[in-house]
Amino acid sequence: MTVPYEHLREDFKILQQHVNDEPLVYLDNAATTQKPEAVLKALETYYHTSNANVHRGVHTLAERATTQYEGAREKVRRFINAPSTAEVLFTRGTTTSLNWVARSLGDLIIEEGDEIVISFMEHHSNIIPWQQLAKRKGAKLKYIELTDDGKLDMDDAREKITEQTKIVSLVHVSNVLGVVNPIRELTDYVHDKGGVMVVDGAQAVPHMPVDVQALDADFYAFSGHKMMAPTGIGVLYGKRKWLEKMEPLEFGGEMIDFVELQDSTWKELPWKFEAGTPNIAGAIGLGAAIDYLENIGMREIMNHEQNLVAYLMPKLEEIEGLTLFGPKKASDRTGVISFNIDGVHPHDVATAMDMEGVAVRAGHHCAQPLMNYLNQPATARASFYLYNTVAEADKFVDALKATKEFFLHGLD
Amino acid sequence: MALTKLDQLYRAVILDHSQHPRRRGVLDKATTQIELKNPTCGDVIQVQLTVEDDKITDVRFDGSGCTISMASASMMTDTILNKSVDEALMLVNEFSEVVQGNKPEHEQALGDAMMLAGVSKFPARIKCATLSWKALEKALGSDGTGVDGQLTHD
Repeated sequence: MTVPYEHLREDFKILQQHVNDEPLVYLDNAATTQKPEAVLKALETYYHTSNANVHRGVHTLAERATTQYEGAREKVRRFINAPSTAEVLFTRGTTTSLNWVARSLGDLIIEEGDEIVISFMEHHSNIIPWQQLAKRKGAKLKYIELTDDGKLDMDDAREKITEQTKIVSLVHVSNVLGVVNPIRELTDYVHDKGGVMVVDGAQAVPHMPVDVQALDADFYAFSGHKMMAPTGIGVLYGKRKWLEKMEPLEFGGEMIDFVELQDSTWKELPWKFEAGTPNIAGAIGLGAAIDYLENIGMREIMNHEQNLVAYLMPKLEEIEGLTLFGPKKASDRTGVISFNIDGVHPHDVATAMDMEGVAVRAGHHCAQPLMNYLNQPATARASFYLYNTVAEADKFVDALKATKEFFLHGLD
Repeated sequence: MALTKLDQLYRAVILDHSQHPRRRGVLDKATTQIELKNPTCGDVIQVQLTVEDDKITDVRFDGSGCTISMASASMMTDTILNKSVDEALMLVNEFSEVVQGNKPEHEQALGDAMMLAGVSKFPARIKCATLSWKALEKALGSDGTGVDGQLTHD
């Protein structure tokens, strides 16, 4: 049975409220997560004691802000086991991180006729930057197929990734199917063929231990707000050998070494990519979120979510007319569960669940090609995190059954 | 139980329109047709009209969407059949007021569509209710010369 995580809920004031007269059951964690007091406190303390611009002042507050901002970078480095902080860039989030790679690396290595490979389970932010790159360069964008139980089709992956493939960009954990992809195996295959491996880790880093060196990925992107940090801060890890060759995408203050009238030189890594005043408070908040998560332990968090899924799956499978997407085995997935009730539109499901205090998402989840692939206009999605409890899982199942009854038979 | 609140939104007549939609299908000879999508939820609706001498003499809709959007489309066809183009456009505006919680001037003319007034208490669902009416408005805006395209519903 799962670890009793109820005590953690005291750290999240937002969870201690009623919505539509029912206790809030927040199950939209794949969209964004709630923030513990420790993170909010870190933001407040920073603004109360240390707020100043970074890397450009000799006064005491500037030094404090710089130390804390760079301290957060070191926390991120340690958290994902990057070799050096030079390889840890702060961005606005996963979307910005992936756009930077597609633009800067794309300009560096993609030529007409080259291949870029992604899959049918990608989020729009790991599709459109590559579409745009392919259009810009006359390259070809290929999609890896999925198996019936919502995993990457590895045979098709080996077929699609060829010597012409320059970049492969894949999601570590799907935001719809919850499936965990075998990144290391894929990375090895991509490297054998001479390609660069990019990983969208937005749904992985918050939920499981991630070691970028063990994965051997060339780039790894994730967002702070999906792991209890504020919105507007994210990370791009990249191998130094690539980042050194890549050109920055934004120019201005902070990222320069010397500026002359007709030309300028860039700062060293990681700062050459970080033009302008960065999201200092956001980075510090991310550092505090990492402290919070590490204090519990990423393996513990992963186990808790897998236990919840293992507890839920049989109960969900019992519900007649309920279709579940993605693998059934808890060990193949995280706490993201997408589903549809036969004859009930997911939007109606989400509205009904909301009346029961249960917050779930309905829609295409920024994955329209995947919806088409699954032949669904939309799905409903519940996504769990470490503060969700077994009692909430039960409430979710009860609300789901009541919703189905309401739409198929009406109220008694 | 909290689901009882859903009755405000999902009145029996709405569920009936959704489960047994009126005029769902395709016209043999439409003078105007349009397809509209709601990209935030994936809903798609096609509206076909026959406009003769400034009067809507036939109408069909098709597509996929939630209870609210399908019921609203069905009700819309009831409301605007045999109306003049100007009357139909006026009713589009009236309906838009109703789902925002305002009182319309021509409650009677809206018919069953008045039942969707409860949507105003569910702001996230207002767009579901207005999709087919927006499609109608766009189709009529083409002045009956016939449009066929995909427009983004904003």
